[in-house]
Amino acid sequence: MRRSMKLAAVVLSGSLGMASLAACGAKSTDNTSSSASGDGSLKVGMAYDIGGRGDQSFNDSAARGLDKAKSDLGASVTEAEAKSGEAEADKETRLKNLVDAGYKTIIAVGFVYQPAVNKVAKDNPNVKFAIIDSNDKDQPSNVTSLLFAEQEGSYLAGVAAANKSKAKHVGFIGGVQSELIKKFEAGYKAGVKSVDPNIVVETTYLTTPPDFTGFNSPDKGKEAAQGQLDKGADIIYTAAGSSGNGAIEAVANKQGALAIGVDSDQASQPALAKYKNSIMTSMVKNVDNAVFAYIDSVKKGSAFTGIKLFDLKADGVSLATTGGKIDDIQDKLKAAADAIKSGATTIPTAPVQ
Amino acid sequence: MTSPNPAAKAAKPGLAQRISGERIVLALAAPVLAVVLSVAICSVLLATSGKNPFDAWNVMITYATKSDGQVNILNRSTTYYLAAAAAAFGFRMNLFNIGVEGQYKVAALFAAYVGGQVDLPSFIQIPLLLVTAMLVGGLYASIAGLLKVYRGVSEVIATIMLNSIAVAIVGLLLVPGIFAPKVSGTSNSIQTAPLSESSHFFALDTAGGPLWGFIFIAILVGVVFQFTLTRTRFGFDLRATGRSESAATASGVNVKKMVIISMAVSGAIAGLIGLPELMQNSFNYGQSFQPGLGFLGISIALLGRNSPFGMVFAAVLFAFLDATGSQLPLQGGFPSEIVAVMQGTIVICVVVAYELVRRYGLKRQQQKVGAQLAAQIAATEKKEVSA
Repeated sequence: MRRSMKLAAVVLSGSLGMASLAACGAKSTDNTSSSASGDGSLKVGMAYDIGGRGDQSFNDSAARGLDKAKSDLGASVTEAEAKSGEAEADKETRLKNLVDAGYKTIIAVGFVYQPAVNKVAKDNPNVKFAIIDSNDKDQPSNVTSLLFAEQEGSYLAGVAAANKSKAKHVGFIGGVQSELIKKFEAGYKAGVKSVDPNIVVETTYLTTPPDFTGFNSPDKGKEAAQGQLDKGADIIYTAAGSSGNGAIEAVANKQGALAIGVDSDQASQPALAKYKNSIMTSMVKNVDNAVFAYIDSVKKGSAFTGIKLFDLKADGVSLATTGGKIDDIQDKLKAAADAIKSGATTIPTAPVQ
Repeated sequence: MTSPNPAAKAAKPGLAQRISGERIVLALAAPVLAVVLSVAICSVLLATSGKNPFDAWNVMITYATKSDGQVNILNRSTTYYLAAAAAAFGFRMNLFNIGVEGQYKVAALFAAYVGGQVDLPSFIQIPLLLVTAMLVGGLYASIAGLLKVYRGVSEVIATIMLNSIAVAIVGLLLVPGIFAPKVSGTSNSIQTAPLSESSHFFALDTAGGPLWGFIFIAILVGVVFQFTLTRTRFGFDLRATGRSESAATASGVNVKKMVIISMAVSGAIAGLIGLPELMQNSFNYGQSFQPGLGFLGISIALLGRNSPFGMVFAAVLFAFLDATGSQLPLQGGFPSEIVAVMQGTIVICVVVAYELVRRYGLKRQQQKVGAQLAAQIAATEKKEVSA
């Protein structure tokens, strides 16, 4: 008994000692905040999701927008990326560090940053935040959401797939069964059905949240694509980050089958060069345009506020034409696109169960 | 040896003190060795990648001297300590509960759901959430315990499988309309409804930000852990079973019961892991709720030698590395991965170092006992001669 009491006393006094130490020490931001007041130049900080620059997909697209802002608008930039399995506090610290370093415009890439952005934005009302792919009704007014109409681009991908499928049998592979990827599925299915309601659509999700490995497991993508090919699908649309590389590989190994890529123009990516003849098109999500447009709006002094939607009309999503495989159906795609832009076609954002 | 030896008796306390002093040095030697070695390895790594390692250590240590850094470290330590305690409780009985990872996820999810649905006064609400989390964690862990006892399934395999199942359970339940409220079409992050105001655990306001009051729960867990282990019959049975199952059975310990109870207790502690974040910071369980704490807990338990006291240092060390490591990329462009490398090398080094130190200690002990026996024999012989 005595020993455990002693132990308790030591632990308690130790932690209280540290706590009181914490109470009187200087903050890490104390000395940096004075140097933060810059020369008025455009300083943009970017916080990436897991993968960061070089993921061949989503983050890279954001990075392209940042690079363009750097060269065209003369912005000085700093980047930081998330690591997998990090604590919420790490995200907050990352954003706070950017604020402390004097960055007045901060772009968070990916919806995982939403709670951290809300918190840090509230404490720093004079800093402008943008968050890609997410919005929250409680977000402070200095946060702008940059959203994309993935369902519209996916609808066009569906129209293209339905027109090109000889087997009248197509497939969809989603990386993680999240709300975001469900928008891809919903749009794609609607697009396919608009051409021919009798076409069979296979749907496979690689993982369900909170398991986000479906976005970076090419092996799972390959397996899922193989399964759909075996069932008879001849065109497969994969919205699964780098898992899509595996799916494209599986499709390329089958004569006559075609793949639809996602996020970036995958047929022109060096990493996928050997499969480019099997990539029919890609549903490009122009995160770079959105990032650049946002930084530009800040520079002009009329920063976007609230929710900024990048849809088909705003060139936020589009189909890539690299390889010329969808040139013959351009008129049909254009008609479908015009119908969306004019509002004649409305596309569901959640798949019909 | 009927006649007591007065000389030996007088020397005994002094000797015991010397041994225990030496034992403390030996116990500290392994972790210190491991940390020094891993700092050296990481310094070489940083140097070969063209970065100055001393600058990196400087960034880390500077952050740790600031008040917000300290609060950050202590808050993390709270979570890490609970994770380590959960793993260590099983380890003390030779029960490898690898499933802490799954147990805390499921427990935190259910606690978050209950906290979002129920709004009672704080003095009922907070214990309710604690009990919910511990109950869910304990029940989830006891699946593996029951399988081991009644079907002979290795708890290692069972808990690893249950980790994957836990992810599936969260995926199944954490969808709009079940555990998460319906969301608008433009929202991509899914989380449970926010906890009611009364579920918020108290925090101490310091210059460096809120210091989580959960630190006292963690301390309490440590104290109860130590007390149970050293001062109760249950603790004795647990340690006995850990040392030798057959010997424990022979001396009347119901090993089956012990396995189920220990597994459940280990899981119950695991249930607490997610609560500091849940009840002090995020106030909801979202899809990006921090994963990996269970495995981190195993590393920390290993480093702290499964001792409630040792794990305090281990948890603070790991929290220090993680918290200060997040400063590295933005303050000098150091790769934050260096922290993961460091934690990994510490764990590997500590395993090796413990074994080396254990062998050295064993040898020292043998020598000492040998010398003592020789001295005793010599003394009795001398007596016999003189008599």
